[in-house]
Amino acid sequence: MSTNTSTDSRSRGKAPAGERVADWADGRLGIYSLAKANMRKIFPDHWSFMLGEICLYSFIIIILTGVYLTLFFHPSMNEVVYHGSYVPMQGQLMSEAYASTLDISFDVRGGLLIRQIHHWAAVIFLAGMFVHMMRVFFTGAFRKPREINWLFGFLLFVLGMFTGFTGYSLPDDLLSGTGVRFTQGAILSVPIVGTYISMFLFGGEFPGTDFVARFYSIHILLLPGIMLGLVVAHLILVFYHKHTQFAGAGRTNKNVVGMPLLPVYMAKAGGFFFLVFGFTALISGLVTINPIWNLGPYRPDWVSTGAQPDWYMGFAEGLVRAMPGWEINFWGHTLVLGVFIPLVLFGLFLAFIALYPFIESWITGDKREHHILDRPRNAPTRTGIGVAWVTAYLIMLIGGGNDIVATHFDLSINAVTWFVRIGFFVGPVVAFIITKRICLGLQRRDKEKVLHGRESGIIKRLPHGEFIEVHEPLSQEQMYTLTAHEQYKPVEIGPEVDENGVERKVKGSEKLRAKLSEAYYGEESQIPKPTVEEYKEITSGHGHH
Amino acid sequence: MSSQDIPEENLPAAQDTAHGALGVADEKNPFADPGLPPHEHRVQDIDERAAKRSERTVALLFTVSMLATIGFIASFVAIPIDKVVYVFPLGHIGALNLALGVTLGIALFTIGAGAVHWGRTLMSDEELTDERHPIEASPEVRTKVMDDFRQGAKESAIGRRKLIRNTMFGALTLVPLSGVVLLRDLGPLPEDKLRHTAWSRGKLLINQNTNEPMRPSDIITGSLTFAQPEGLDPHDHGFNNEIAKAALMIVRIQPDEIKDKRALEWSHEGILAYSKICTHVGCPISLYEQQTHHALCPCHQSTFDLSDGAKVIFGPAGHALPQLRIGVNDEGYLEALGDFDEPVGPAFWERG
Repeated sequence: MSTNTSTDSRSRGKAPAGERVADWADGRLGIYSLAKANMRKIFPDHWSFMLGEICLYSFIIIILTGVYLTLFFHPSMNEVVYHGSYVPMQGQLMSEAYASTLDISFDVRGGLLIRQIHHWAAVIFLAGMFVHMMRVFFTGAFRKPREINWLFGFLLFVLGMFTGFTGYSLPDDLLSGTGVRFTQGAILSVPIVGTYISMFLFGGEFPGTDFVARFYSIHILLLPGIMLGLVVAHLILVFYHKHTQFAGAGRTNKNVVGMPLLPVYMAKAGGFFFLVFGFTALISGLVTINPIWNLGPYRPDWVSTGAQPDWYMGFAEGLVRAMPGWEINFWGHTLVLGVFIPLVLFGLFLAFIALYPFIESWITGDKREHHILDRPRNAPTRTGIGVAWVTAYLIMLIGGGNDIVATHFDLSINAVTWFVRIGFFVGPVVAFIITKRICLGLQRRDKEKVLHGRESGIIKRLPHGEFIEVHEPLSQEQMYTLTAHEQYKPVEIGPEVDENGVERKVKGSEKLRAKLSEAYYGEESQIPKPTVEEYKEITSGHGHH
Repeated sequence: MSSQDIPEENLPAAQDTAHGALGVADEKNPFADPGLPPHEHRVQDIDERAAKRSERTVALLFTVSMLATIGFIASFVAIPIDKVVYVFPLGHIGALNLALGVTLGIALFTIGAGAVHWGRTLMSDEELTDERHPIEASPEVRTKVMDDFRQGAKESAIGRRKLIRNTMFGALTLVPLSGVVLLRDLGPLPEDKLRHTAWSRGKLLINQNTNEPMRPSDIITGSLTFAQPEGLDPHDHGFNNEIAKAALMIVRIQPDEIKDKRALEWSHEGILAYSKICTHVGCPISLYEQQTHHALCPCHQSTFDLSDGAKVIFGPAGHALPQLRIGVNDEGYLEALGDFDEPVGPAFWERG
């Protein structure tokens, strides 16, 4: 009956084809209810919100180019003699994996470009996730209700690392084979089960003839399958929670201000996909990445100098390089601490960042939803911890390339290694202290600006000869933005004896929490933001500067 | 749960907001939210000529993309795959890869640039507001869900018929074991595989460069030679597994400069044979400094003193390189006097 009561325009003729298709789909998929909620969904605008988009788009690029590469790559370690068109390798014995990678690079037109885009996009994907996570961390976007999405993102980062590792190991060239050997050596260090894991992973002793095929199914199916699921879940949650925004006039914890999905966000975000893809294609045409033809096929007794993993594995490499070679022998067993401790640290170091949202919410005890982002300066302790973490990461990255650093800057490799060993412990502490000081300084400056106005740069001479700088008062919008952040008070343990004189047992966790809370929100960790009273006192009287 | 004991006053006070009072300065609270500022028009919103210019820019970008795609196809067809060109500052590079990368890059990038420019200059830039709703369900919904769940659980009788519940959990716990068992044949058990190499008494040391056995006179002081056991051919199945353990470094040091007594005993006229596989994580050691007799692993910079039993003097390796006992056979060729007496390569739990 609904068709009979349709509007004039429809009764005169059939609806446009697009509408009819949409009607058809709606009758089966219910797309109109979906579109009603989402077609004009609002997305706030800030440059840092596009970092996640870079990750999503490079992930799509990796999948597209990866599917193409599977059409030509042979994941086999059968030894063959190379007869392709790359002259320096002709007649060489190599695995089929390496030979087919040479074929992709030299005999398939455009194959090299796709290989290069695939690898560049992977490097960008990991770098994008790293910076995107820093954005989320430093602005406190991980707070309730987004802790689970932080975990999804974290898992994507870790899985991305291992997908990248299994991927660059596939060509079975001399460099990647060395990386696999390194991994196998690290696995051997695991107490009790190390040798078993190694035998099972490699189908026997290293290198065996299985690992390329096994890494292949892990690289193209298992890990990307999980990651695709996580990406979808991540995006669903982004939609469901609605995007965070920075404080500003009209922007509250209860609304979201920005541009609608259709058309502005779609044009910008959709366009941005092409920008990322185009940029990746351009650098892939201009700058060679992983020239496996220069490296030669892998043989376990050959190696080249300056062996480096891709950058995202660099900090793990650094941990292994910097660690002293401790080995404990007892009762016929060996505890290979020199390799196993770095392996454990690698896990703990990442786990800390995964668990951070839960640690912070335990300290604050804050169970409210947060949709307004913190400016990093307004959370000095958190910002300090984040910078300390990044500092440790970067120092280990230097450690991972200690030979490159030594040769490029003409330094002693031993000195670089000792710098890394000491820097790993000292660097984060120094970074934490400096960062916190800078944050507090910026908070003071904000307070100053609100109370006294902006320095105008105009020097005025008063009739009696005094020189003053004219301060311009801020607009209400600016003042609101600079004072919108919340400031916690440190948690107190409370009286240990209640009103009836009964002693209350104070748990150790409570004391720890009070201490941490003091470190986060005590007098030394934040500058009280200006109050209306302070402002009025200064502006009403003689406070003209 | 620990949150229950947190007094409310430790949470920050709610922010004063004067909502809806658009742009009206608040006398009482100068820090109050003045609401969304009024929309400011762009030049394209008021000047049709500027809007036209934007339109032409966007169309130009899309046109460049079309041309670049044609260029991509033309390059694919016209440029031979092995053509190399010199391009400053990139050097000598493959012409096809360069042409395809640049044309594809431009074709994609200009679509993006066009779409973004369109979105920024011609689509409405008026900010809109959506309300947020709490993620948590209302108490009524919560109660309803809990009741439904209880009802469902009750109807299933899972709590009452414990026998069913327990056997079900038992079955579900056991059934994945089949999958675990199936993984058994991923590889053999370690047994003593890591303890043995292809070396044995009487096996000749073969120079990897010449593929010939060596006489002591072939090895001059200060040189570094790589060797493998006789009968190992790169074309053989399993060669890689064997060479991964059996690879040797041969150096010659004046006997009076060899500090380690056992190393001297196991050498032949100052010729020392050490495992080439680093005891850290298994890279082949390949850098030798003849003055100091230091060998350096290029992967993680473990440094071994070959004149002192290949002890670790720097870096992350945990123990010295195993030494192979060598001698000379009746024909005057260097031979092994047995296998290594300890496992080569990285340390592991059962190594002892």
